[in-house]
Amino acid sequence: MNSLAKKLLDGREGAVSLALLAAIILIVLPLLLDPFRIGLVGKYITYAFVAVSLVLLWGHGGILSLGQGMFFGLGGYAMAMFLKLEASDPISTKIQTTPGIPDFMDWNQITAIPWFWQPFQSLTLTLLAILLVPTFFAFIIGYAMFKRRVGGVYFAIITQAITLILSILIIGQQGYTGGVNGITDLKTLLGWDIRTDSARYVLYYLNALLLIGCIMLSHYILSSKFGMMLLAMRDKEERVRFSGYDVANFKIFIFCVSAMISAIGGAMFTLQVGFMSPSFVGIVPSIEMVIFAAVGGRMSLIGAVYGTLLVSFGKTMFSETYPELWLFLMGGLFIAVVMFFPNGLAGVYNKYKNKIGFLRRLSESDKETPTVAAPVPANSVTAKPQGETA
Amino acid sequence: MSNTDFVLAIEDLTVSFDGFKAVDNLTMYIDKNELRVVIGPNGAGKTTVLDLICGKTKSSSGSIKFKNLELTKLREHEIVRAGVGRKFQTPSIYENLTVYQNLEVSYPIGRSVWGSLTFKRTEAVTSRVQQVAEEILLQDMLDTESALLSHGQKQWLEIGMLLMQDPELMLLDEPVAGMSAKERDQTADLLNRICKNRSVVVIEHDMEFVKKIAHKVTVLHQGKILAEGTMDKVQADEKVIEVYLGH
Repeated sequence: MNSLAKKLLDGREGAVSLALLAAIILIVLPLLLDPFRIGLVGKYITYAFVAVSLVLLWGHGGILSLGQGMFFGLGGYAMAMFLKLEASDPISTKIQTTPGIPDFMDWNQITAIPWFWQPFQSLTLTLLAILLVPTFFAFIIGYAMFKRRVGGVYFAIITQAITLILSILIIGQQGYTGGVNGITDLKTLLGWDIRTDSARYVLYYLNALLLIGCIMLSHYILSSKFGMMLLAMRDKEERVRFSGYDVANFKIFIFCVSAMISAIGGAMFTLQVGFMSPSFVGIVPSIEMVIFAAVGGRMSLIGAVYGTLLVSFGKTMFSETYPELWLFLMGGLFIAVVMFFPNGLAGVYNKYKNKIGFLRRLSESDKETPTVAAPVPANSVTAKPQGETA
Repeated sequence: MSNTDFVLAIEDLTVSFDGFKAVDNLTMYIDKNELRVVIGPNGAGKTTVLDLICGKTKSSSGSIKFKNLELTKLREHEIVRAGVGRKFQTPSIYENLTVYQNLEVSYPIGRSVWGSLTFKRTEAVTSRVQQVAEEILLQDMLDTESALLSHGQKQWLEIGMLLMQDPELMLLDEPVAGMSAKERDQTADLLNRICKNRSVVVIEHDMEFVKKIAHKVTVLHQGKILAEGTMDKVQADEKVIEVYLGH
């Protein structure tokens, strides 16, 4: 393997784990599940983007954001605005007072498309907005906080407050945002109907491939010196500062990357589910996504994906039968994971893989080949209680 | 303040915390290639002086010039990049990284976000790490997770991390705390070697150790200089015996 491939895949063991994940979501699940269930899994995979972003930010960077829902939502809303404008052509909205504008605007006595909706008539600008608006938002928040050395629990509370403010703003500005119902009745993307079964599969595969791409990008970041600096900062921020690094810049960067990854998930959510609403922006989804990452393993990009799939699947199953109990179960799950499995499913896997023959051979052969960036020792994660601050 | 030939020129430096002057109108000069030891009773302001030099604490008034560059206005990482390295009182290393990684992280290339993303482990890096590791007697432990090092080895590792940056001025806060007698001797040798081409300021309590390394000694008391000069001169000083050394 050349060095770039190694950095993208995290060595041989990482490549095998990623291939296994790809096989499950690209081949096994589509073969086993009907289109309705595939739609559900597709939705879960969009959450996995956020879980992956939290592995970068929280697991490796030690920065707990309880506001990732805001970036997921911004990406999702950007996509929804484009689709809504396309769905609101003058013919299908001819019964409105003002035809050619989204229905909820018409209900709120708005007679023209507002200026901040204008760019979303172009798909190119929309795609740029999905990637750049949440990133810019993260940059502003990150710059304001990290340059002032706000961190730890204060950062978590402030991100939570901002995501709450954003969801209240969306609900309050019904004429511009669709309010509490969100942006619904999305039909086509450049004339291509996104509600058919075949579209569902196309979007599912696009979504899964984008997730794998994001995981590879994250591997690249974590295997570079930047990744090592994240661990160093999490451990001894002062030492990093007094080794000549501007710590805030590193934190701002990883916060921006995590925002961008979350936003891609949000945009894919809108495409697959067919609507976007404030219930995916606020505090509850943001915390749920932290739980996904914690259950899967906050140090493991791939573990976080499994964590997301399992918890989301559990949520769907349980909340269908016992809707009231689910939140308690979720809370209990979080406490149990933090107390007994601080490194989640990935931690359990790493602990027991040496007992299973072929997995042990795999990780041993990985060690024999000298890697480009020295891998962090396998036990480094478990032996570090001071990093458990939440 | 005029420009000088000194590596470090501290003039009229004062810092007060809620009216308490931890450092009070301090003036001190460090020569090129000098190894200066700062001693004094607890609360004399020794660590605060180092904090002020490296930017961890902001001064209330006065000037700190490093090669005629005013440090009091700079941010911490800028001071480091100018050539000042700081070792903390309790060993401050990255416990979850290996010895090799600890040293590599301290190598002064790839310090920006982009630089660290594109950083490559070149021959220059590995040979520098190897060289420093030999200097600090950890050449056989490069792959050891640094949390597993002994207390003394952690102290050496932090000194090694400073050496990676090749600073012109090193500030060492109690480098032999928690070391065995043998390790102290090895550290004294190490410091005598590394001050050949840089200036070093050491805070230390162990008088035997101070004797082995000090070119000049400064005694601080209540934020002010009580005495300054060679070890013999300071030890004979009545005031120093009174407040610090004891009869």
